Amino acid sequence: MKEVDLVVIGGGPAGMAAAVKAKEKGVQDVLILERENSLGGILNQCIHNGFGLHYFGEELTGLEYAARFIDKVHRMNIPYCLETMVLNIGSDKTVTAVNSTEGVFTIKAKSIILAMGCRERTRGALNIPGTRPSGIYTAGTAQKYVNIYGYMPGKSVVILGSGDIGLIMARRLTLEGAEVKMVCELLPYSSGLTRNIVQCLDDYNIPLKLNHTVVAVHGKERLEGVTVAEVDQNRKPIPETAEFVPCDTLLLSVGLIPENELSRDAGIELDPVTSGPVVDARMETSVEGIFACGNVAHVHDLVDNVSNESELAGESAAEYILGINVPDRSETIVVKAGNGIRYTVPQLIRKQSLSRDTVKIFFRVADVYRNVRLAARCGNNILVERKRIKVTPGEMETLELKSQALREINAGEELVIELRTDGEGH
Amino acid sequence: MPEKRNLICINCPVGCLIEVTLDGDTINSIKGYQCKRGLEYARAECTNPVRTVTSTVRVKDGILPVAPVKTEKPIPKRLIRDCMKEINRCCVQAPVKIGDVIVENLLGTGVNIVATGNVPEAHGKNGS
Amino acid sequence: MYDVVVVGAGVTGAFIARELSKYRLSILVIDKESDVAMGTSKANSAIVHAGYDAVPGTLKALLNIRGNKMMKRISEELDVSFKMTGSLVVCFSKDGIFELEELKIRGFKNGVEDLEIIGADRLREMEPNISPNAVVALYAPSAGIICPYELTLHAMENAVENGAELKLECELSGISYDREVFRLETTKGVIECRYLVNAAGLYSDTVAEMAGDHSFRINPRKGEYVLLDKIYGSFVNRVIFQLPTDKGKGVLVTPTVDGNLLVGPNAEDIDDKTDTSTTSRGLSEVINVARLSVPSLDTRGIITSFAGLRATGSTGDFIIGPSPVNNKLIHAAGIESPGLTAAPAIGEMVADVLKKNGLKLEDKPDYCPYIEKYTPSRKMSESQWNEAVKKDPAHGRIVCRCEKITEADIVASIRRTIGARNVDAVKRRTRAGMGRCQGGFCSPRVVEILSKELGIPFEEVTKSGGKSVFLLKKTK
Repeated sequence: MKEVDLVVIGGGPAGMAAAVKAKEKGVQDVLILERENSLGGILNQCIHNGFGLHYFGEELTGLEYAARFIDKVHRMNIPYCLETMVLNIGSDKTVTAVNSTEGVFTIKAKSIILAMGCRERTRGALNIPGTRPSGIYTAGTAQKYVNIYGYMPGKSVVILGSGDIGLIMARRLTLEGAEVKMVCELLPYSSGLTRNIVQCLDDYNIPLKLNHTVVAVHGKERLEGVTVAEVDQNRKPIPETAEFVPCDTLLLSVGLIPENELSRDAGIELDPVTSGPVVDARMETSVEGIFACGNVAHVHDLVDNVSNESELAGESAAEYILGINVPDRSETIVVKAGNGIRYTVPQLIRKQSLSRDTVKIFFRVADVYRNVRLAARCGNNILVERKRIKVTPGEMETLELKSQALREINAGEELVIELRTDGEGH
Repeated sequence: MPEKRNLICINCPVGCLIEVTLDGDTINSIKGYQCKRGLEYARAECTNPVRTVTSTVRVKDGILPVAPVKTEKPIPKRLIRDCMKEINRCCVQAPVKIGDVIVENLLGTGVNIVATGNVPEAHGKNGS
Repeated sequence: MYDVVVVGAGVTGAFIARELSKYRLSILVIDKESDVAMGTSKANSAIVHAGYDAVPGTLKALLNIRGNKMMKRISEELDVSFKMTGSLVVCFSKDGIFELEELKIRGFKNGVEDLEIIGADRLREMEPNISPNAVVALYAPSAGIICPYELTLHAMENAVENGAELKLECELSGISYDREVFRLETTKGVIECRYLVNAAGLYSDTVAEMAGDHSFRINPRKGEYVLLDKIYGSFVNRVIFQLPTDKGKGVLVTPTVDGNLLVGPNAEDIDDKTDTSTTSRGLSEVINVARLSVPSLDTRGIITSFAGLRATGSTGDFIIGPSPVNNKLIHAAGIESPGLTAAPAIGEMVADVLKKNGLKLEDKPDYCPYIEKYTPSRKMSESQWNEAVKKDPAHGRIVCRCEKITEADIVASIRRTIGARNVDAVKRRTRAGMGRCQGGFCSPRVVEILSKELGIPFEEVTKSGGKSVFLLKKTK
């Protein structure tokens, strides 16, 4: 059985940033396992720009962003295996994988970083009734066909879901000559970035139908059209508003789900709201020495945040392997998603393990709110409060807390991240 | 003829709704922005809206059939369609490297179209 | 000129062909679709019934019992996954015990001897997730689950390997009979034969009419299903039925041989024999009724849904026997539940009917009932898998991540006796695309492999034949 100090599962932006940082912090023996035939992860099909504004201070396309990290991996001589699929992770930190040169092999790792990313929610999961013709794709799969294989999925398109991938594909397909008839969004607001609404829909006069969904699929062999309907406040379709829209392609951009099958197999505790592992402020999971970062931990909007989060995981894994700052796992503060907050990452803080001066808590709000204050509170003590003119579930928020302040909180107490509206005095 | 245009500013998540009144090419007033970036954005969007265009070009003898490209700088929005025509005309010989100029001085704008991804040459082009 | 032509490559036609391939006969199976098992055979409850439900004295009863007894051996010969899980008919009121007693008696008359009525305690012990309202149940240990399209494919492949021919995308449009020869007009030309077997499923009445036989009608009865993720696969250990109604066996909750949870079907009589669409009402009905048995069914676990059409015959029983207009035309029609279970026995009965009507059945000494076993990469032991990778690196490249299907598995599915010719056919043979991501990750790779293996451009690869192409054209 091979022994490796640090195994990084996934060679996308998360895995690469984590591996590079871990090596920078002194881990010599790092190995990245990647299932595709190149490093880069999902960025390899992201030909659009908008990446790197924060991390590099430049606006890059997905591939250019990935290339910067691939360069780092090469310059630092970090070995990686491509077309290698991890089959299983043991809670004893053994990793079993398969590829076409080594067959099935097992590695005993001192530490593992989970960076497997996420998959797309499917039509089946939405239970959309109707026929089952060809012509229905999740937006990411369509993106792969267009950007990597060089094929158009169809010529007249309806997109369900106003997430960023759907918006990006609306523009992409339009520029390649397809007619994108509409983007339907179940909720009363879009979950995509505003810049994408403007530059992908408004620029091309593609209508965005909020409070709408697809209620049926038609077509025996190839898609012939969909039935679209408005929904009420309970998100239930209003039958009188049903309208048949002829089209030959339906793109679904209805949610991303972190891929934690391997995490589950290893007995790692998952958070049912994020669908990712429960992690502490160092990105360590419930299994000592196994860390998680990037979309596998929670779905991100900006790859810049993925890089930062993954560097933290890499740093923490390095500390773990080198025996620096071994945390007392018993002194835990629970981070609670309070009023107006859907989830937080991390979900807990191990007081004694904080090696940086500050801790960033990432979170998403549960709805669109205006003129609010985002606060981190313990009991009656507000540690940090920030004013926001507008917050939306589609754009992840952060609050930065001083580690010293966190160490002063008693173990077993709750740190509540919450929304405070004007009029809430304390 | 005075005209009112409503824009959403894209500079930050607030997405201010900005109302611009124009007379032909002259801006009469801009209302609704909450910071300087919003004001500048609204002005630019109404007088000379620009966009970066990203797409793919056909590649010959590469390990992938297409290579991703972008306009090195944003180009006037009205040129997007013609830009796509230029891109569709291209067929590039592998290998393609990030930064390779695919189209020089696109439509006289002074902006190049460059490759944003690497496409190495395929081995054994005769099908091995 | 063939000795026998079988119309229909569903599970019925497949077992008839397999049975006949034991004898020195020239056999041709034709089907209008692009693959075997494209009708009811791929969209059903996948149950091997114990046999208490069928009315005693009917062919359904007789052939259910026979088929059930044969299934273990058949599954070994044909390398098909079969699990004898047992089944439970669950009642929510104490009065239900009378109906269960009736089923038990019926079962006994049919030859099912091990039926047992059990009470709430034993029920809960066996099935912890069963509704607290369930008070009594009929336990049938000899019921089981199987993969119906795998069964059909392997039976047909065995027939072909023993000399039968198969012509797909061959649609029958006319039958004439002259001087002891059937003349079949099809989309692939004229075919002649001495005996004709009608196993055309939903269209067996149409086929009968082509021969001038108007003695029965087939009415499509739609059943919708939802399939849940494998993490719910052991929610129940057995097939859970509710009391049968006049429309059928009702909504059931069952594990599948691959570890998913299958819920359905409802029963709706429709007119259109091509309408396999699911409906919002039908899917809700299925879930709500199933929740009577298993209240904790979580709809968040649904990964896909589908609908199948039962070929409900107007006589109420299987229609197996010579046509009244021509005794060389043998019907195997109206094969609704328990058709899947009965199929191997139907094959034997049809061979017998043919014999009684003059077809000479001469044993073929080199007939081999065994299909060549294919072990998918993921089911190999570690050392076997490593050996396989050394011989063929494609065993080391995983294409379908959710189900761990390798490139070698997919190529094998295209190259086998009745090879896959489209993405859904690959899916049914390998399970690629049946996992959580429903093909989101693997389908471009499957399209690529099909394109390469079949020597066709990407734009011609289809989902399930005909016009169901995936891609329009190249981007530039």
